[in-house]
Amino acid sequence: MSVLIFIDTAEGHVKKASLEALTYGAKVAEQLGTTAEAVVLGTTQDDLPALGKYGVKKIHHVNNDNLNHLDAQVYTKVIAEVAAACGADTIIFSNNVNGKAIAPRLSARLKAGLVAGAVALPDTSQGFVVKKNVFSGKAYAMISVSTPVRIIALSPNAYQTLAGEGTAEVVAFNTSADAPKVKLVSVNKASGEVPLTEAEIVVSAGRGMKGPEHWGIVEELARTLHAATACSRPVADAHWRPHNEHVGQTGFAIAPNLYIAIGISGAIQHLAGVNRSKVIVVINKDPEAPFFKAADYGIVGDAFEVVPRMTAAIKKLRGIA
Amino acid sequence: MKILVCISKTPDTTAKIAFTDNNTKFDVNGVQWIINPYDEWYSLVRAIELKEADASTLIHLVTVGAADAEPIIRKALALGGDEAIRVNTDSHDSFYIAAQIAEVARQGGYDLVFTGKETIDYNGSSIGGMVAELLDLPYISLATKFELAGTTATVTREIEGGEEVNEVALPFVLSATKGMAEARIPNMRGIMAARTKPLKVQEPVAVDALTSVSGFGLPPAKAGVKLVDAENVEELVRLLHEEAKSI
Ligand SMILES: Cc1cc2nc3c(=O)[nH]c(=O)nc-3n(C[C@H](O)[C@H](O)[C@H](O)COP(=O)(O)OP(=O)(O)OC[C@H]3O[C@@H](n4cnc5c(N)ncnc54)[C@H](O)[C@@H]3O)c2cc1C
Repeated sequence: MSVLIFIDTAEGHVKKASLEALTYGAKVAEQLGTTAEAVVLGTTQDDLPALGKYGVKKIHHVNNDNLNHLDAQVYTKVIAEVAAACGADTIIFSNNVNGKAIAPRLSARLKAGLVAGAVALPDTSQGFVVKKNVFSGKAYAMISVSTPVRIIALSPNAYQTLAGEGTAEVVAFNTSADAPKVKLVSVNKASGEVPLTEAEIVVSAGRGMKGPEHWGIVEELARTLHAATACSRPVADAHWRPHNEHVGQTGFAIAPNLYIAIGISGAIQHLAGVNRSKVIVVINKDPEAPFFKAADYGIVGDAFEVVPRMTAAIKKLRGIA
Repeated sequence: MKILVCISKTPDTTAKIAFTDNNTKFDVNGVQWIINPYDEWYSLVRAIELKEADASTLIHLVTVGAADAEPIIRKALALGGDEAIRVNTDSHDSFYIAAQIAEVARQGGYDLVFTGKETIDYNGSSIGGMVAELLDLPYISLATKFELAGTTATVTREIEGGEEVNEVALPFVLSATKGMAEARIPNMRGIMAARTKPLKVQEPVAVDALTSVSGFGLPPAKAGVKLVDAENVEELVRLLHEEAKSI
């Protein structure tokens, strides 16, 4: 028996979400009294043995050119082979973009019960029960998995990465991966910006900003904090900001350490996607804005005055002129 | 071309979230039901656009649920779509539902299966991938754009911090998210037409669910907001640094 963790990469580099999955998977292995192993597919430039510091003992590297880009069908078959070879009864993914593509397929293939979006370690006192968010974070559910093999897709930012000591043994796993049917044409990534779903800090703004031409102060605050930017739905719908910034029940669900909401009223659909943030700061000129009820800190005031002041205060704190 | 669009019934986004039976069941009392927004706004509307571009396209809708799902499926038919299939069962877990949809897909021989990115109640994001695996077809998740030239599709999907463009030949399965299409409102003609569109009811295939819900709960309420004066933003920054330790 073992716990197998899928290590997801982008352009050959291990994603932050996978470090969380590794830390979590190692803890699950400890709970179950087995060892944590991992699998990585395709070429990678990263120092794989160093990932041992997250608690993984052995990494199976399937270095095959057919695996350099995600085709979930091809990946699933290969991961299933690795899982069988190492006798994995618990398989861990991050519930990130690729996890969402692969974990359900693997679940159907292995008839292994899947908990998609887990937020805590399994409770093994009675069977195998894992907590996950439901109703877009408005509630949680305890999911009981009774199949011999189980799959957990860990919600990003739900489990703290923890680095200790240790080196992982990296072994080549040889198998013939099918040629991908999904072909990559192009990648379009905003360079230098922090991806929203991975960000520790998110600066988000709503209709209170009055128009896209006023986003400069929001971006400046985000830059100062090394934060990602987000927005409310009407802002994305009006094309003031791109769709990939829309957070809420029908946009991205995020759980950063700090969420700063500027000129956002705090409608229930907005809160649903952001209420797992550890700390919420609300800046709104209306003291009755519902968002204040969901906030940890708040300022009642005009965003056009408060936001530049906040940027200045943070620069001062950090000693940036 | 034949497209199968998966339609799920979900509580309205403003529905009160409460539980009964010792926190083991969602309290449906007074809940308004809607078509899952990702299914309606993005997946269904994009399928309708494809039919508008090529009138020979057939759109079938599938829902897995009891008879109380029929108003939802009629609304979906009012937006567009030629006929609907309801698999008559109380829903169980994602795998059970996916297995029912896969069976309908096998019978119908579709070129495309569209799902929404996730349902807004269970947030599983799982049905599309499971259906694809059961049908042994390619799967593209979190699609924000879909274009078709002959039998090859160009699909844009979300990735961390951006998007990527993929090419894949029919048939395949995709899950749709924002960007795919713009939400529409059904018109009177559509609503009238939907009344007479075929809605077939079929019995489920025997499948074992892989998971079950053992209980629900609500997150703890926030302790209350600490307000800082707008003239004293430095104090907020100090609190975030020293007390919350978040900057
Ligand atoms: C099915 C459905 C799904 C939805 N999904 C989402 C979702 O996923 N995400 C989402 O965000 N919304 C969603 N919505 C929309 C949601 O109901 C709200 O309409 C939306 O969140 C409001 O956006 P807003 O707060 O930016 O704008 P508004 O509600 O217009 O609020 C603007 C706020 O800015 C404040 N303000 C104005 N000027 C200033 C100023 N100078 N300084 C400071 N504050 C100022 C105002 O006091 C107000 O509180 C959904 C709605 C439905 C029906």
